[in-house]
Amino acid sequence: MTFKTFLIKYGEIGIKGKNRYLFEEALVKQIRHALKKAEGDFDVRREQGRIYVDCLGAYDFEETVDALKHVFGVVGICPVVVTEDEGFDALAETVISYIGEMYPQKNQTFKVDARRARKNYPRTSMEINADLGERILEAFPGMHVDVHTPQIMLSVEIREKIYIYSRIIPGAGGMPVGTNGKAMLLLSGGIDSPVAGYMISKRGVKIDAVYFHAPPYTSERAKQKVIDLARIVSHYSGPIMLHVVNFTDIQLYIYEQCPHEELTIIMRRYMMRIAEHFAQETGSLGLITGESIGQVASQTMQSLAATNEVCSMPVYRPLIGFDKQEIVDVSLKIGAYETSIQPFEDCCTIFVAKHPVTKPNLNIIRRSEGKLAEKIDDLVKTAIETTEKIWVE
Amino acid sequence: MEAYLDNSATTRCMDSVKDIVVKAMTEDFGNPSSKHAKGVQAERYLREAREEIARTLKVSEKEIYFTSGGTESDNWALIGAALANRRAGNHIITTAVEHAAVLQPMAYLKEQGFEVTYLPVDRQGCVRLEDLQAALKKETILVSMMYINNEVGTKEPVEEAAKIVKEYNPQILFHVDAIQAYGKYRIYPKRTGIDLLSVSGHKIHGPKGTGFLYIGEKVKIKPLILGGGQQKGMRSGTDNVPGAAGLGLAAREAYSSFEEKLSHLAAIKERFLRRVAELPDTVVQGQAADGGGAPHIVSVSFLGVRSEVLLHALEERGIYVSSGSACSSNKKLPVSTVLKEMKLESSLLESTVRFSFSVFTTEKEIDYCLEQLEELLPMLRRFTRH
Repeated sequence: MTFKTFLIKYGEIGIKGKNRYLFEEALVKQIRHALKKAEGDFDVRREQGRIYVDCLGAYDFEETVDALKHVFGVVGICPVVVTEDEGFDALAETVISYIGEMYPQKNQTFKVDARRARKNYPRTSMEINADLGERILEAFPGMHVDVHTPQIMLSVEIREKIYIYSRIIPGAGGMPVGTNGKAMLLLSGGIDSPVAGYMISKRGVKIDAVYFHAPPYTSERAKQKVIDLARIVSHYSGPIMLHVVNFTDIQLYIYEQCPHEELTIIMRRYMMRIAEHFAQETGSLGLITGESIGQVASQTMQSLAATNEVCSMPVYRPLIGFDKQEIVDVSLKIGAYETSIQPFEDCCTIFVAKHPVTKPNLNIIRRSEGKLAEKIDDLVKTAIETTEKIWVE
Repeated sequence: MEAYLDNSATTRCMDSVKDIVVKAMTEDFGNPSSKHAKGVQAERYLREAREEIARTLKVSEKEIYFTSGGTESDNWALIGAALANRRAGNHIITTAVEHAAVLQPMAYLKEQGFEVTYLPVDRQGCVRLEDLQAALKKETILVSMMYINNEVGTKEPVEEAAKIVKEYNPQILFHVDAIQAYGKYRIYPKRTGIDLLSVSGHKIHGPKGTGFLYIGEKVKIKPLILGGGQQKGMRSGTDNVPGAAGLGLAAREAYSSFEEKLSHLAAIKERFLRRVAELPDTVVQGQAADGGGAPHIVSVSFLGVRSEVLLHALEERGIYVSSGSACSSNKKLPVSTVLKEMKLESSLLESTVRFSFSVFTTEKEIDYCLEQLEELLPMLRRFTRH
């Protein structure tokens, strides 16, 4: 069956009161952007609290649905049949041919759910339900009505035109990107940080990202992998400005000056400082990390407190209560997992102590950082100045 | 400055090769299977390329078959010969240090019910002839051995091995993976007793995606790629005319002014080794340590430096090399099986880098590389894991 129109269902936007139109406009904008990836020409229109995507001419159904599934704020995607109101008999015929094509077995249970937005239509919703149900039963004797748990929920909406659909393809949910400000994601090559970016972006937040590169201890391929991951997140979040910071000299300096078991914590503190710098520079309202309590030494409550201390901005940690498997599940869902597990990262392991501190004492950490006083400001300044900015979309 | 010292991975295509490839693509682009003049003209390229290659090996052009490269040649030689000679026996002998293009087909043949013996190697990566002698038995149908080891440049005793095999039973087929050796050694299959010989084009300044398999005329072998019956039905698929033309020219070039090319490589290698010897805590692997081995491959362990880190540090300075091994902390990346088979200590396994040269390599590049090593090694050694 070929559909010419999709009805887009959206959820939470509906409850946003007077700001509702802002959210709807953002959603329309995001849908238009996402559809550029699909083959075909589309018209996206807002009408009576609904969003419709009209397909102008030939288009690729799978690609279109896939593009729409990547738009935050979309709860459901319904391929609809649109027909002019040419009397009840004509409507019944259209409905019967719709069911005939969509459900070849014709032995399911069903329920008609009519909605009469145009109140001058000669039948009430209840009458339409009953009358259409009867016509369907006549046409397909193998089908039965079940008003509680039908296998097919046939929606018929009477507006200027009549919309018929029964299939709701689940969307990504969340809020349209751009309705909730911007945040800076600390992106590594691992499994967690792309998922964290996805989760925050899902709440309508635009994303920029920062990656700490340590050549020659990490390779060009490790960097390419991070760009690839940013691209995967950008399929949901929209374009990302990726900041690639050369962190080698800072790392080596910390390595020389500070106790090795504190390396990771001190390194992370400098990463946060640099990330915050770029966040402020680009108008982000917070930082995002993929941390989850207790996952590694640097993610114990004490370590998180120690890294958190250097930032004045809020740090969002959407995975904080997730188990690894739960993170992996989302990573698989958004198509990042395969890329995340490519093994390029490990050359950095010389900077990881065999027994890193798990309960860092802030006073001791601050004292260790004091040993960096001579050069660290210059090194941070150079790192910021030499940062490469890559537009990823 | 740039120094491309990874010629065992691939080489720069020669300009003359590029030109003939372009000509065969844009002017003489016919299909040799076509009956018209355009097809005949294209066929001429194939015949000439076959003749050029045959001349370098002193074999008949009828014994040269074009393939998509070294991997296909190895796969075809092993699987094709094993399947065709199954009635004579099911035992195959190879070495533990072969390239994956040999080891993987061997694993496949094992699944198909063949018995495979892997000959061990000594500390330089060289097989022992007495092991080969002991492994031969009446079920043996095929022996496969590389000419030059791709990771450490060790030369395997191919000539002596062929003699042992043929004296034991002339019916046993002897395959040689000559992918790192062709163009660097004069190889005469008929005199040596080689029945099958694999060669790759892009290792000798030819195009990628080209190669050939020499198949002695009496060798029983089955085709692996079936179709339109090209190359006497032995390797179907529209002939890669540009590739074959480029390969033929590259083969001819490799063996013209051969002695000069070899002495150039020898001078480069000697210069490199001399200066490497001056660096503290370095160990040259393979036969190069004793002045032997391939003229273009040197494998060096730099103690206390992770090979991959050194590779990236060199790359930042425009020097391109290969690391035989990878981070041992990462279980997903296998450490080089060749170095492992040579029973190197793990400190050496982790720190071994391969430098490989070509006729294009200059003394200046070598000097630049060594200068950079002198500067980098102490720096990298300061930051090792404790």
